Amino acid sequence: MTQVDSKALAELKPTRPTRVPEGLWLRCPACAAMIYRKQMEANLHLCPECQHHFRIGANERVRQLVDDGTFEPMFADLRTTDPLKFKDLKPYTERLAAEQKKTGQIEGVQTGRAFIKGRPAMLACLDLTFFMGTLSSVVGEKITRAIEHATEHDLPLVIVSCSGGARMQESGLSLMQMAKTSAALARFDEAGGLFISVLTDPTTGGVSASFAMLGDVIFAEPKALIGFAGPRVIQQTIRQELPEGFQTAEFLLEAGLIDRVVARPELRNEIARVIDYAGK
Amino acid sequence: MPIAYALEFEKPLAELESQIQALEAPAPAPAAAAAPAAAAAAAAPSAELLALRAQHRELLRKIYANLTPWETVRVARHPRRPQFRDYVKMLCKDFCELHGDRRFGDDPAIVTGFGRIGAIKCLLVGHHKGRDTDEKLRCHFGCAHPEGYRKALLKMTLAEKFGLPIVTFVDTPGAYPGLGAEQRGQAEAIAVNLREMSRLETPIVSIVIGEGGSGGALGIAVADRVAMLEHAWYSVISPEGCAAILWKVANEKTNTEAATALNLTARDNKKLGIIDDVIPEPVGGAHRDPAATAANIEKWIVENLQELRRLKRSGLPARRYDRFRKLGDFAEPRAR
Ligand SMILES: [Zn+2]
Repeated sequence: MTQVDSKALAELKPTRPTRVPEGLWLRCPACAAMIYRKQMEANLHLCPECQHHFRIGANERVRQLVDDGTFEPMFADLRTTDPLKFKDLKPYTERLAAEQKKTGQIEGVQTGRAFIKGRPAMLACLDLTFFMGTLSSVVGEKITRAIEHATEHDLPLVIVSCSGGARMQESGLSLMQMAKTSAALARFDEAGGLFISVLTDPTTGGVSASFAMLGDVIFAEPKALIGFAGPRVIQQTIRQELPEGFQTAEFLLEAGLIDRVVARPELRNEIARVIDYAGK
Repeated sequence: MPIAYALEFEKPLAELESQIQALEAPAPAPAAAAAPAAAAAAAAPSAELLALRAQHRELLRKIYANLTPWETVRVARHPRRPQFRDYVKMLCKDFCELHGDRRFGDDPAIVTGFGRIGAIKCLLVGHHKGRDTDEKLRCHFGCAHPEGYRKALLKMTLAEKFGLPIVTFVDTPGAYPGLGAEQRGQAEAIAVNLREMSRLETPIVSIVIGEGGSGGALGIAVADRVAMLEHAWYSVISPEGCAAILWKVANEKTNTEAATALNLTARDNKKLGIIDDVIPEPVGGAHRDPAATAANIEKWIVENLQELRRLKRSGLPARRYDRFRKLGDFAEPRAR
């Protein structure tokens, strides 16, 4: 099981494990083929026709990456408070409760130790299904603790990012998580630690402008949207159509911003390979 | 002194100002050469004028003491509000500007250079929005590109090498969202600044002088001490951006609500521990008395740099780390 603290989860009762709409069959958004859900899920959540990478939650990501049964969740008790008593059309606490009910998760990142093809590593996986993987105080704190733990124990660090950016409901405190996580990475770097950053669809805003782009080695999944500003904001600013493929993993590779585009079935291998070259 | 541009909530002031102006206008300007006593007598204002001036002062004080967060944002964006280059002129006699990131270009939205503040030699880094239309366009209204952040870091490493403290002035709606900015790695440029600023051994102080828009602001604000001018704002998103997303529409009402919800004022940020100090502005905002504002800024910089310079250089990164490490709010049930 790659779940967080089971006691905490018992009260949450997950109602839906993934973002993909329920149903036996679904249409692939990339190639429009009708695909059998079970087959897609058994295939690492890839379209069997065109290898389109469906978005996955943190539980599924952890399950795919680590050696079976080796994930030990850490810092799973951290809970989001509502420091600003934030309320837009709905109170933050209400939105938070809804996200927790929907996903069965307490917050938007899973952190813990694991083995990846036999190599010990510190792993953090953001959860896009939870509040769009946004950077809350808890997410920032868990990432920072994961980095600090990796520093103390000489572990290679793997962070899988996917995020809509900042958690607006935590305002400046969300912003400060960018500085906090990046500063922790400076120390990890000084200790000679290896950080492999994996960017998945989508990685934008405060997450991309902090730890996600600071990997010693940066991988991205095919076609993943990666950038600082979202495409809509850019379009509104420059008032012209964005070029085809703008801000995709392939675009970033060409721009020299990432090391490799790695398809999901290869991710474990590629991570293990880099650990063998650069890990301590 | 009348202000040509009036914000919505300043309309009552503008009325008083035009009345005062009308009364002041007929009086001949006192000759510069005249004896001070004679000049004062010649310019002796009428009782009516004195009353109007007192009324104006009182109204100004009242309005500015009760600004809503959204009104504060409007003041922070006031077209007459002093910008980085204005402060440089007021604070440094011998500013030595340094251009370029040595990789792509020179971003005018971030200005860097050596300068003396008080008696302290330092490196100054600041967002600059631009004053006239041409300059604003060149500066992208203070929205920096990756080359701006890289220029800032390059000059900061110079400061590190030569033992100069770093003073940064933050004034940006946010980092520029555009094609070139993305292609050249806007996210990476900001991220690297956050990481590298955290480990510089030279003292760093930052002041948000106007707008502190998100990562674009933080990209030059990982400092030992951070302050905000009284009417500046600092947050993860602008009120309009926040309103458009969370309230589904940005208008006067939702912007007001979003600005309040975001806790973006200097006082809010101080309460959250995000900044250390609030630097007071003259009554009626920095734009009414730039010199007095600059003096307040100078005092804060000099005090803080003197304090920081007494600390061991090699200990600063650890202190800075702790400063940011504790930011955030969460609950942690005791481990069983
Ligand atoms: Zn397909």
